[in-house]
Amino acid sequence: MAEIKNYTINFGPQHPAAHGVLRLVLELDGEVVERADPHIGLLHRATEKLAEHKTFLQNVPYMDRLDYVSMMVNEHAYVMAIERMLGIEVPIRAQYIRVMFDEITRILNHLLWLGASGIDLGAMTMFFYTFREREDLLDAYEAVSGARMHAAYYRPGGVYRDLPESMAHYKESKVHSAADIKRMNANRQGSLLDFLEDFTNRFPTYVDEYETLLTDNRIWKQRTVGIGVVSPERALALGFTGPMLRGSGVVWDLRKKQPYEVYDRMDFDIPVGVEGDCYDRYLVRIEEMRQSNRIIKQCIEWLRKNPGPVMVENFKIAPPKRAAMKENMEELIHHFKLFTEGMHVPEGEVYSAVEHPKGEFGIYLVSDGANKPYRMKIRAPGFAHLSALDEMTRGHMLADVVAIIGTQDIVFGEVDR
Amino acid sequence: MTAELCKLQDRKRFELQDKLARRFGDRIASTGVILCELTVTVRAADLLEVLTHLRDDADFRFEQLVDLCGMDYSAYGSDVSEGGTYPANEAADKKFPARYAAVYHLLSVTHNVRLRVRAFADDDGFPMLDSVTGIWPSANWYEREAFDLYGIVFTEHPDLRRLLTDYGFVGNPFRKDFPLSGTVEMRYDSEQQRVIYQPVTVEPREVTPRIVREEQYGRN
Repeated sequence: MAEIKNYTINFGPQHPAAHGVLRLVLELDGEVVERADPHIGLLHRATEKLAEHKTFLQNVPYMDRLDYVSMMVNEHAYVMAIERMLGIEVPIRAQYIRVMFDEITRILNHLLWLGASGIDLGAMTMFFYTFREREDLLDAYEAVSGARMHAAYYRPGGVYRDLPESMAHYKESKVHSAADIKRMNANRQGSLLDFLEDFTNRFPTYVDEYETLLTDNRIWKQRTVGIGVVSPERALALGFTGPMLRGSGVVWDLRKKQPYEVYDRMDFDIPVGVEGDCYDRYLVRIEEMRQSNRIIKQCIEWLRKNPGPVMVENFKIAPPKRAAMKENMEELIHHFKLFTEGMHVPEGEVYSAVEHPKGEFGIYLVSDGANKPYRMKIRAPGFAHLSALDEMTRGHMLADVVAIIGTQDIVFGEVDR
Repeated sequence: MTAELCKLQDRKRFELQDKLARRFGDRIASTGVILCELTVTVRAADLLEVLTHLRDDADFRFEQLVDLCGMDYSAYGSDVSEGGTYPANEAADKKFPARYAAVYHLLSVTHNVRLRVRAFADDDGFPMLDSVTGIWPSANWYEREAFDLYGIVFTEHPDLRRLLTDYGFVGNPFRKDFPLSGTVEMRYDSEQQRVIYQPVTVEPREVTPRIVREEQYGRN
């Protein structure tokens, strides 16, 4: 009889289900995975090294580019680290704005995850549905920061500017008639908050639509139930956080357990799974979207009633107002110093973590009193999750590897940094 | 709000500090609670034992290793920059017992408390530390990363390969004396009809110099 040998295949780096540039060396026995060895680093840009050569403010846009589907939450961890070292209190309105945009970002991230992992497992339609809603939320990003993705909106000391009073409108064109445009602009007549409120009222129905398509779908369940099961003990030992940990039944959410900003004033629930398989993690993420929607509603209500500053009035940290700068020598000097030499952060070290849509995103910042960080370590949730891929896929079929990469919600911007 | 929360968490950390002192005595050196965080330094020889206790003892229960990162303290407090590198500094030699260290961020889900543990690698020429993969499996890739970027060797690690850098990469890019632009660049050579590596042609430049200030910046 012929000798039977394991077969080694290369999965990626240019594979659509690899969610970016993941090279996976798979050792197969027939169609069963014996060993999975992820090779990462194809998107390594040495963000942490670059940060040592840039001022604290110049590093903010790099944060957007880490996990490029949940941009503002990355910034949040970074600016929070600086604020804690400087010992400054962020204005309350800025805290609400941050919480609101964190949750918008969470929905953005989960929508992309839902669409992409749907496509991975053959549910093509999901992608079209989720990207319809993402469009509205990206418009909110654009209204507030001018950029649809890489916002650089959170700054040390608050947020860059207050919420806009008007939304951009669609204009008539060859492909859109006047009637179309009128319909499309219907919810853009008021402020950003009006636009978001309209969205939060519509969104629960959309989530119901997704659930109609997937939750009881026979194929979806066959592909996810019982796949990639992780016990709660293993999930903790492997460094899982976020939906990956909650899917295994561990009640752990930094927004509740170690609240930051105004999360302790918010009313929301933490969904947890039971079995710890891909299906439970799917359910956890779906419910998280509904809860995020609740938080956004509470923020909108508060923000409508409470105007106020959104940035600290300390010109060593935040730039002065443009108008004041043009009349006043002192403000001009402050502005010049802040954007050339940059701010100085007192000597010390701090680890600031936020509940990122994917898990715990932390920034370990070490400063020696200079205008640039001495060392910045980014703790990316996806990095710990991907390192457990070998254990999760072992004994599964080749096709399940795709389901497991999908459920881990991997984005290479943050894994490779 | 943040200050209140900080106070609440500080109490927990002071308790933890006392417990640590009682349990480990002079095997750990605590820096005290700074900015709501507790940091302890452990000698490399005691590392495995102390960390195992930190995971298993009912008082600590640090079930999760959230993060592990390498550190290079050689240029601490220096504002000199040469060709995109930060050369070694005498002040840093005095401040820190060794050049390289690993920093462990632990999280106890049971007690809802965090702890930072630092272990210096004794030999600057060949930094070595014990691997903690046996205690927390999540350390596997973190140690590979620290090995790759800082050249810290973790003994007993099951699979200590480079992780983030290119196949065949030479050097430890996150060391302070490694230039920001790197040492090699890649381009397509039309004569040889293949991609080749060559020494970098980028001129190192510093747009914003690094300035260290001791004063209380930004405090009103």
